[in-house]
Amino acid sequence: MSVTAPVISARNVWKLFGPSPESYLKSLPVGRSFDEIRADGYIAGVKDVSIEVGRGEMLVIMGLSGSGKSTLVRCFSRLHDITGGTIEVDGQDIMSLSERDLIELRRSKMGMVFQSFGLLPHRTVLDNVAFPLEMRGQDRHDRRERALEVIKLVGLEGREEYFPRELSGGQQQRVGIARSLAIEPDIWFLDEPFSALDPLIRREMQDEFLRLQEMLGKTIVFITHDFDEALRLADRIAIMRNGAVEQCDTPDKIVMNPATEYVAKFTEDIDKARVVHAKGLAKPVNGHALEGAPINGGSTIHELARVLVNDNRILLPVADDKGVVTGVLERDTALNILLGAE
Amino acid sequence: MATLSTEIPGTSDKSWGRTRVVTALLVTALALILAKAVGILPEWLNRIPEAAIPPTAQVLDVIFNFIQNDLGLIYVTRFIAEGPLEFLLDTSANLLEGKRRWPYLGPIPWSAIAVVAAVVGYAVGGWRLAALGAGTFIWTAAIGQWKIAMQTMSVIVVAAPLAFLLGLVLGIAAWKYGWFERMLKPILSVLQTLPFFTYLLPAVIFFKVGPTAGAVATITFAIPPMILMTTLGLKKVSPEVIEAGQMSGCTRWQMLRHVYVPAARTEVLVGVNQVIMLCLAMVVLTAFIGMPGLGAKLLAMMGSFKLGRSFEIGVTIVLLAVTLDRMSKAWVVKQPVHFERGTPWWKRHQISLVALGLFVGFILLSQLFPILAEVGRKQHLSQGKEIDVIIKSFLALDAIKGTTEWLRWFLNVKVLIPFRNTLLAIPTPAFILLVVSFAYWVGGRKPGIYAAIFFTIVAFSGWWDRSVITLYTVISAVALATLIGIPLGVIAARSAHWSKSILLACDTAQTFPSFIYLIPAIMLFGVNDVAVVFSILIFAAVPLIRYTIIGLSSVPPEMTEAADMSGSTRHQKLMSVQFPLALPTMAVGFNQAIMFAFFMVIIAAFIGTQDLGQELQRTLAGTELGKNFVLGLNVSLMALTFDMAISSWTEARKRALGLD
Repeated sequence: MSVTAPVISARNVWKLFGPSPESYLKSLPVGRSFDEIRADGYIAGVKDVSIEVGRGEMLVIMGLSGSGKSTLVRCFSRLHDITGGTIEVDGQDIMSLSERDLIELRRSKMGMVFQSFGLLPHRTVLDNVAFPLEMRGQDRHDRRERALEVIKLVGLEGREEYFPRELSGGQQQRVGIARSLAIEPDIWFLDEPFSALDPLIRREMQDEFLRLQEMLGKTIVFITHDFDEALRLADRIAIMRNGAVEQCDTPDKIVMNPATEYVAKFTEDIDKARVVHAKGLAKPVNGHALEGAPINGGSTIHELARVLVNDNRILLPVADDKGVVTGVLERDTALNILLGAE
Repeated sequence: MATLSTEIPGTSDKSWGRTRVVTALLVTALALILAKAVGILPEWLNRIPEAAIPPTAQVLDVIFNFIQNDLGLIYVTRFIAEGPLEFLLDTSANLLEGKRRWPYLGPIPWSAIAVVAAVVGYAVGGWRLAALGAGTFIWTAAIGQWKIAMQTMSVIVVAAPLAFLLGLVLGIAAWKYGWFERMLKPILSVLQTLPFFTYLLPAVIFFKVGPTAGAVATITFAIPPMILMTTLGLKKVSPEVIEAGQMSGCTRWQMLRHVYVPAARTEVLVGVNQVIMLCLAMVVLTAFIGMPGLGAKLLAMMGSFKLGRSFEIGVTIVLLAVTLDRMSKAWVVKQPVHFERGTPWWKRHQISLVALGLFVGFILLSQLFPILAEVGRKQHLSQGKEIDVIIKSFLALDAIKGTTEWLRWFLNVKVLIPFRNTLLAIPTPAFILLVVSFAYWVGGRKPGIYAAIFFTIVAFSGWWDRSVITLYTVISAVALATLIGIPLGVIAARSAHWSKSILLACDTAQTFPSFIYLIPAIMLFGVNDVAVVFSILIFAAVPLIRYTIIGLSSVPPEMTEAADMSGSTRHQKLMSVQFPLALPTMAVGFNQAIMFAFFMVIIAAFIGTQDLGQELQRTLAGTELGKNFVLGLNVSLMALTFDMAISSWTEARKRALGLD
């Protein structure tokens, strides 16, 4: 999370589906549950969500199907008009935008990747990638140049003239990614981008995605129903259920301190040692006597297994990337996590 | 109707209540019939007295006159007819058949058109379609029918694109505005059941006799499926593609132009295919308002019983239909294929260049060899007279003649006439009650109520007896078609090989303009009631066979396997597994058969019937727009009654079985 103003800031956002959602929301008593709302004939797609996304941050929204995660991200881009609350993008209330301004916002700031790719079947790879540029009226030569650039970036060189149906799923999603990046957006929405791919390709695409993100450093809202994927990619994870956010925190904290029973159920089967980082587990130094070489705070407990088992210090100093000691790790606590003991 | 009764398993929740209502209706009807039999039925309950029949036709005439003259609609339509439309038609007529109008270039040599057809065929579907395209046009030229075929084509090439455009625009509007779709839907279903004679007369009155009226009638006839397909296609565009367009910053127009319409390509092209086929079917029928072309020639030849020439023209029409259908269908499934980068311009447009080159080449060649430009009067290969002799001597063979004559006698004397007389003897209210109870029993309350309203309107139209005769023809033909079609379908569905070939034959037969079906009927039975029923029968049997095969072969294999493993015999499997699951699909075929029959029975007026079609055909000679409209609406209302009842049953059944 950064100190600067958040890029996306949602406050008390509601999205209700039903006959007359606005007036229903006004009359809605506080604390009405999802099921009670459903009994009234409305579906709470998003239920009183407040969340912020910082510049350069990767927020992963996680939840099972029907939990409202896709709806929430569509509220951020105003593909859905929200029923209540406010959403600000770069300090601007997006619900107050006119159609023209909204189109302008999407043309200049937002990119989105879809689960089933959403490619236009009648356009070649090149024309698909250049599509957003074409829509904003860039001239043919410019958009071709830019499109070729992004196509190269996602590793699809040589396939520019192919039609989507001539490509494999992974390749099609690369086209989707390239298209979303063509306008150089500040904010990048990814709606379960790898769910439609088979496991091996999915892994490969995740690596590819991490590589791109390292290079581009975008603000990202990433949706997934795969907890492992969320843990692998996220700076912060927001876990959603029945339209509401159950917990929004770093992966370490979610695994170590699940806020609700529902979240706990998710984390149950997770090998915590692979998720929790030394720095996440570290306590303040507070005058403890520290000796010996520090361990890297960015490593997971699993990665430190050998050190933890062989070392016989009770307390291990934890250092950041620059080698500055920032905390202290109790070896026993770490070993408990490694061995899966409670 | 009796045929369907065996197909209805009464398993609905409300079946008991339904049975009670139906029984009450039937008992009342029976009481009325009995009362008439004993002679105690007052005459006003037998037939609606003349005095009680409102002068609908006259009132309509007044309204039409008001719109036409006082509101000045006729000036608008005449302006369109004499302005842009006539200009387009004249241009195409000049190019294709050499009518002396601007641009004074035509006629294009037949060989040049044939070679372009071959290249287009190759481009969409490879060598087989190339051969079909070339073959059709070579046949047409060689048999000496080039000019009349081009008279027909010159209307199609104008009408089909216009129908496509109008259908597309209306389809988009219906998709965009809910109120427009709700308004359009009932109009479309009436339009789709309205007999084609009803399209013709207004066209003639508002758009003057000749090609313009023909084109207008054709366009009106071809638009509805285009609208439906467009709306369907646009509704089916995947939400993610739509969102991708929105996130790319499309304006509304850009969304429509670059996202929605291209993404609905398949449905739009299916619509194009239907537009072309309906245009062909209708253009042939415009012969009845004196439009020259294949239809007019066929009408004249059949009228003078020249079977050989009729047969040859029939072949031409069928070939044209099959070519247009196959090519447009091949276009539907054809997907773009990429070119490698750096492919030169001429290679990317190779096919178009070849077509252009050959086109110009053959035009030049035909200057040297006139036979390539036009097959002259003495040069064509028509064997009309010879075929005539062969057909007539074949029909005169004792065995054939004996069979057809016996059939004719048997059907006429033992089946058709008694059935017709029975129907005519039923008092009007009883008849309506019988129809209502059928609709109620099959489709439920709503179709039942509509049946009551629709048939009451028919009863008060003043054309009751003719309506009953129309219905009698339809029922007899469909019943016979069911007796033949369903067993055929069941047998064919047994083997994959047979299913495939018969389905292909049915698909092909469905592309033929309905007019064609009159040819074998007249050949075999001459000009009488049996020929009418026979022509409807073969026309209606096609969808019955088709949907029986489709229904039976779409039964999930695990269900038939379960039946096999439960030790059922082939018969048991058919009766208790395959039929129940296939019935909803088969009912679609049955419904289509009835709709086809209503369509055909009107055309059969040409053979000489005593039904609504005959009256309709008569109105074409005059200007009785009101009467024409009333007659057409009668046919439409009767057809809609059946359509609503059977569709409602099909939907309920599909829902109950969890299909779809």
